[in-house]
Formats: sequence, structure tokens, C-alpha cells
Amino acid sequence: MSVIRTTVSACCAWLLVASAWAFQPPPQREFVPVSQLPPTEQMPAAPLLISAYAFVWVALMVYLWTIWRRLNKVEADMQALERRMAQRSGTR
Amino acid sequence: MRRFFTPLAVLTALMLAYAPVLIANAPFESTMGLIQKIFYFHVPSWFAMFTGVFICGIASVVYLFKGRPQTDRLAVAAAEVAVVFGLIGLVTGPLWARKSWGVWWQWDAHLTMALIVELIFVGYLLLRAYGGPGSEKLSAAVAIFGMANVPFVYVSANIWRTVHPPTSVVPELGRTAPGMAGPFWYCVLAFMLLFTLLFSARTHLERRRAELDELYLDEEE
Repeated sequence: MSVIRTTVSACCAWLLVASAWAFQPPPQREFVPVSQLPPTEQMPAAPLLISAYAFVWVALMVYLWTIWRRLNKVEADMQALERRMAQRSGTR
Repeated sequence: MRRFFTPLAVLTALMLAYAPVLIANAPFESTMGLIQKIFYFHVPSWFAMFTGVFICGIASVVYLFKGRPQTDRLAVAAAEVAVVFGLIGLVTGPLWARKSWGVWWQWDAHLTMALIVELIFVGYLLLRAYGGPGSEKLSAAVAIFGMANVPFVYVSANIWRTVHPPTSVVPELGRTAPGMAGPFWYCVLAFMLLFTLLFSARTHLERRRAELDELYLDEEE
């Protein structure tokens, strides 16, 4: 009984290893330039480059907008305060 | 400065609008190809970041020793602009690395130190925002500590074994790749003008805030 169990276990182990082996890509034996790789293994540079430039522009525009918004708020507060102070000095 | 702001803004916008034309016409780097063109925005953003860090650090030293509030305002404005340019550098770098190294990030000395400097200045801004009264002096000390890290970031790629290209290629660019040097230094100039523009706008905001605070104090009296 134990012989059968051992044989079945060995066969299962062999099947697992064999399937992993079967799906292995062939070993690379020499230098392959990036330009000669199959299309599935090449990563396009353009989307990364465009993303980088787009991020630079978006980040700078958002930052410029936040400065403008904060400056507008300070100016509005200042005008409101000046009005309030002028009213107060007028009533005295 | 206000007199020069509009001409400077127009000049910077024109330079940045023309930069992609120069970058597109620059020669391709032989091993990296198209992705190397990120370098024209990535490296100048670090130039701008380090300029901001140095302004912040030196202004903080002056603030700690002389106690002049205007130097503190310069420091906080420079720190914020430095964080924005640092963020640009930290985002564009991994986009380049994904293609060149096959990974987004490597915890090597140069990249890690650059991230640490960025985090120090994010910490500086958080301290300024939430530290309450008296946080100016503590944040000035943080800024000096952050500034002291910059030379290490620069030399780390040259003296330690890192995956990052050595930073010493930049000064030698005119000799090693003359076709790339022109567009590169053009982009550096455009980014430094942009830095000057954002820094002056941010300093103006700090000055107006200080005036508003004085007005509030006057009102209370």
C-alpha cells in the first residue's frame, strides 16, 4: 500500500515539475539587443515620456492655481478688514 | 520685482513652449533611446529643487541668528517651491526608471537620499502649518538639516555604487554629448526662470499674509 502511495506521490510531483519545465522559456545564450526583442517583451517609451511631461505641466499649473487662490483669499480678507476698520473709525 | 514679473512670466512661458521642439530635435541617446528625453525636465527640476533648498536653508540660518521675519518668509516660500520641484523629480525619475531599469524604484543611496530631502521639506511645511506659535525657529533648524543633505544627494551617485547614472555626467555634457548640451542647458534656464517666477509669487503671498496679520493686530488694539 505504501509502495502505491509513494509511486502516486512521485508521479504527481513529476507531473508538477514537468509542467513547470514545459512552460519555461528557452534559455538565452547570447546578448539580444532591446530592438530585436519580440514585441511582447518590449516596453513602449512614448506613454512613459508623455506621462512625465503631462505630470510636469499639471503639477505646475495646479501649484500656480493654488498660489493665485490663496493670494485672492488674502486680498479679500484684507479688503474686508480695511472696510471694517474704516467703518469703525467713521462711527467714532 | 513686481515690475519684472510680467516680462519674466512671458519669457518663461515662451521658453517652456519652445522647449519640446528643442527636446524633440535633440539626438537620441544610444542605449536608452526615446525615454532618455525625460532627462530634459527631470534634471532641471532637481536644479530648481536644490536652489529652493539652499535659499530656504540660508534664509533659515539668517533668521535663527538675526531674527528677521522677512528671511523667515523667504524660507517658507522657497521650501514650498522646492517641494513642488522635488515632487516633479520624484515622479519623472521612476517613469524613466521603469523603462531603463525595468523597475519603478530602487532603494539605492542616491534615490533614497533624494526622497529623504523631499520628506524633510514636506516635514518643514507640515511643521509650519500645524506647529503653532514658535514653530518658525524649529522649522528653521529642520531646513538647515535638510540643506546639509543636498551635497550628499549630489555626490552619492558618484562615490557609491548605485543604479542611478552619475551626476558628474551633467557638467561634462558639452564634451561628451554636444548635441544634447544645448537643449539641456536651455531647459535648465527655463526651469530656473520658472523657479524665480513661482518663488517671487509665493514670497509676495507671504508678504501679504504678514501685512494682513499686522492689520488684524491693529484692529484688536
